Amino acid sequence: MSVLATRDLIIDVPGREGGTPLNITIEPGQVWGVLGPNGAGKTTLLHTLAGLQAPRSGSVQLNDSALGQLRRRHVAQRLGLVFQDRQDGFPATVLETALIGRHPYLSPWQMEGAEDYARAEAALEDLDVAHLRDRLVSTLSGGERQRVAIATVLTQAPNVWLADEPTNHLDLHHQSAVMALMAKQAKQGQAVIMCLHDLNLAARWCDHVLLLYPNGEACWGSRDNMLMPSALEDLYRQKLAVVEVDGAPVFVPIKG
Amino acid sequence: MLARLGLPLSLLLLAALASLIIAIGVGSAQISPAQIWQVVMGNNMQGEGDALAHTMVIDLRLPRALSAFAVGGLLAVAGALMQVLLRNPLADPYVLGLSGGASIGALAAMLGGLGGLVISGSAFGGALLSTFLVFGLAHGSGGWTPSRLLLTGVVVAAGWGAVITLILALSPAERLPGMLYWLMGDLSYARTPWPPLLLLLATCVVLIPLGRSLNVLARGPQQAAALGVAVRPLEWCIYIAASLLTAAAVTTAGSIGFVGLVVPHMLRLLLGNDQRLILPACALAGGTLLVLADTLARTMIAPEQLPVGVITALLGVPTFLFLLYRSR
Repeated sequence: MSVLATRDLIIDVPGREGGTPLNITIEPGQVWGVLGPNGAGKTTLLHTLAGLQAPRSGSVQLNDSALGQLRRRHVAQRLGLVFQDRQDGFPATVLETALIGRHPYLSPWQMEGAEDYARAEAALEDLDVAHLRDRLVSTLSGGERQRVAIATVLTQAPNVWLADEPTNHLDLHHQSAVMALMAKQAKQGQAVIMCLHDLNLAARWCDHVLLLYPNGEACWGSRDNMLMPSALEDLYRQKLAVVEVDGAPVFVPIKG
Repeated sequence: MLARLGLPLSLLLLAALASLIIAIGVGSAQISPAQIWQVVMGNNMQGEGDALAHTMVIDLRLPRALSAFAVGGLLAVAGALMQVLLRNPLADPYVLGLSGGASIGALAAMLGGLGGLVISGSAFGGALLSTFLVFGLAHGSGGWTPSRLLLTGVVVAAGWGAVITLILALSPAERLPGMLYWLMGDLSYARTPWPPLLLLLATCVVLIPLGRSLNVLARGPQQAAALGVAVRPLEWCIYIAASLLTAAAVTTAGSIGFVGLVVPHMLRLLLGNDQRLILPACALAGGTLLVLADTLARTMIAPEQLPVGVITALLGVPTFLFLLYRSR
């Protein structure tokens, strides 16, 4: 059974004609990486999959019902999105920020209970930001904020994770830790779809890859079929050297 | 959690009651809290002194104090809502041109020599006209964004400002004092306090269950949508609510600046940013502030009265600057 599927989906990127209709089926336990150069529409694709942006044509199915037909609250109980950029309008603490992940589960009159706090605090612990719980988010570093954003979605506990460059701003250790967390989510039966800039993270942690070209063309499939050096060189218009480290290919851009 | 909400709200409620007792007690004739209690409870009504006290409390001071409380509460809640809607700390009920529209309505009625109810009705009409004008223009072709709404509002408000000056310039001298008092806020126009008071209460009851959604909306519309908030309907609801509250306040007491901007900010500095706490706290604190300001306005140079807007600014500006200076 697929948790998320697209039917002839063409995303709405301004000024772009057509493109490959996407017919993707994402199943529980899969980790998908979306790769493509700047402006290829990776974020647009993720927002369309989350139902935040209308597609130009086609549809997205969440648990076999059309995303557009579902109420936002029900969507939010099943699908979580880590945004690439965040705005902080009003000051809020780290714990308050993680707690809003419980919003889709609480009725209007309900206050957050002990269980909601426990979930939020566990998520902060998992992302290694529990010691910052009472700090204002606006006073944190970029990497710490990124981890708080992931902790918020972890508190939300969705079946489908959509993550827009989840390793942005993170140091090497936390990059690995976040990718391991995504892999753990998949192992527990969640589906994970990530936009990534780092080919090597995709090669190491994803089992499926979608390549998105600036003209709207796309191809997708299992990682080993997709991560062909010639296809990637074409995608990024950048010469690459490939070496194998620790059983996974490592792509390095080279001159020329 | 409940304790976190309960304690500040109980303190604010006590402050509100104290302000009402002061407002009823102070004036040309002092009335002691014990007398107020007797009058309000409706017992022991003998003697000329008591009859006088009864008239002063029930017919004069209580309605005016309650009107002040309702207007202050409405303005503060409207301000808090606008700040969340526009995600801009500078937003207040008047920034979107509401008071300008209301002022045009009221001044036009005064210029025409009309009085009382017509002025109120005309002000209400002006406020609503301005609301739809700003919203329609900000909507334009395509959707509206907070910055576009804010900019449209500010420009429309500037336009109203020019028209107000024009009306003042064309008005005969004997009408000018009344107009100026209206522009700076004047509670002596207030008639029955019940409509704004009931509106304030109803708004609080409706808004409390929306509080958590507002907290999420304060983090941006996309984040809110991703967390299950129906963003567009909620934004409409806030906009209409804030406009209605402001229109009701302006209609009751003229345009009183500053309460809507400063009270929500003061409370955010003191109590944090949970709208479930901030909105009812705004109702209480805004009401208290305006009751105290109005008491000062009518006693400071008695028997003459000052425009209450002057007092709210004189009280509020230093308090706000002090809190801002002290905050992290």
